[in-house]
Amino acid sequence: MTASTIELEVTAADRRIARYAAAAIVLTIAEAAIPSPLPGVKPGLANIVTLIVLWRHGWREAAWVTLLRVLAGSLLVGQFLAPGFWLSLTGALLSLAVLAVASRLPRGLFGPVSHSVASAFAHIAGQLVLVRLWLVPHDGVFHLVPVFAGAALLFGIVNGLIAAKLLESEK
Amino acid sequence: MRPWLALLRPGDWLVMLAGLAAVGASVPLLWSSGAAALAVIKRDGTVVAELPLTAPRKLEVKGPLGNTVIEVQPGRARVASDPGPRQYCVLQGWLTRPNSIAICAPNHVSLQLSGSRGEGSGFDSLNY
Repeated sequence: MTASTIELEVTAADRRIARYAAAAIVLTIAEAAIPSPLPGVKPGLANIVTLIVLWRHGWREAAWVTLLRVLAGSLLVGQFLAPGFWLSLTGALLSLAVLAVASRLPRGLFGPVSHSVASAFAHIAGQLVLVRLWLVPHDGVFHLVPVFAGAALLFGIVNGLIAAKLLESEK
Repeated sequence: MRPWLALLRPGDWLVMLAGLAAVGASVPLLWSSGAAALAVIKRDGTVVAELPLTAPRKLEVKGPLGNTVIEVQPGRARVASDPGPRQYCVLQGWLTRPNSIAICAPNHVSLQLSGSRGEGSGFDSLNY
């Protein structure tokens, strides 16, 4: 028996994705400590990382970072496969879908704030649909739409501004 | 404030305005709760009558203390009079929202509104 070694090729992109995902996971954990007045209303600081990766390295890497963050973040806060995990995943998938479109808009006109607001709305829309279909099978959840939409707009703008600020240095 | 504003591009304003419009358009959802369509009257927990909230009508329900009078008008219903000592269910006035309820406990009579498809009647409150 000879010991066999499996070499995994690690590209620069892989390292980059891992590094960004680690940053996003830290933000997810930090945010989990912030009490929320209403389940589902939280700043979504980890999305700042997604926005930055999207701007610098394109959608594919942003999707990797986001999905890794959802997976590892949920494992760390003990939510893996719990409702919270499915909610994050649904929100993340929908906002990635919207970002795929939004990132094709001309950059001179639409900056990170546009991406952020669009993705925040997609995020909450996906989560509301999942909540309605699965967790709270009652139209009562839609009474809260204005609250969720307002939070999406506010945090979308704030996160977008932070991302734009962090990206500013390389303009 | 100024350095932050400089980060916004022309299209960003457009997207933010669209977001604001979406939030504004959704605000009425906060208060609407669907229309009540049916008044369900019960005595001792069993249904005595189910009156549609379309035509005005009065109904007397006999309980251990006497007659409780239920009044129905288009879109609303109330307990018009009740022989109970404290009159809580009468003082509640008109009920308009689905799932709202007036209970005349001393006389064992209750009046509850339900939505159009009888939907949601299984929930007292929602929590997750």
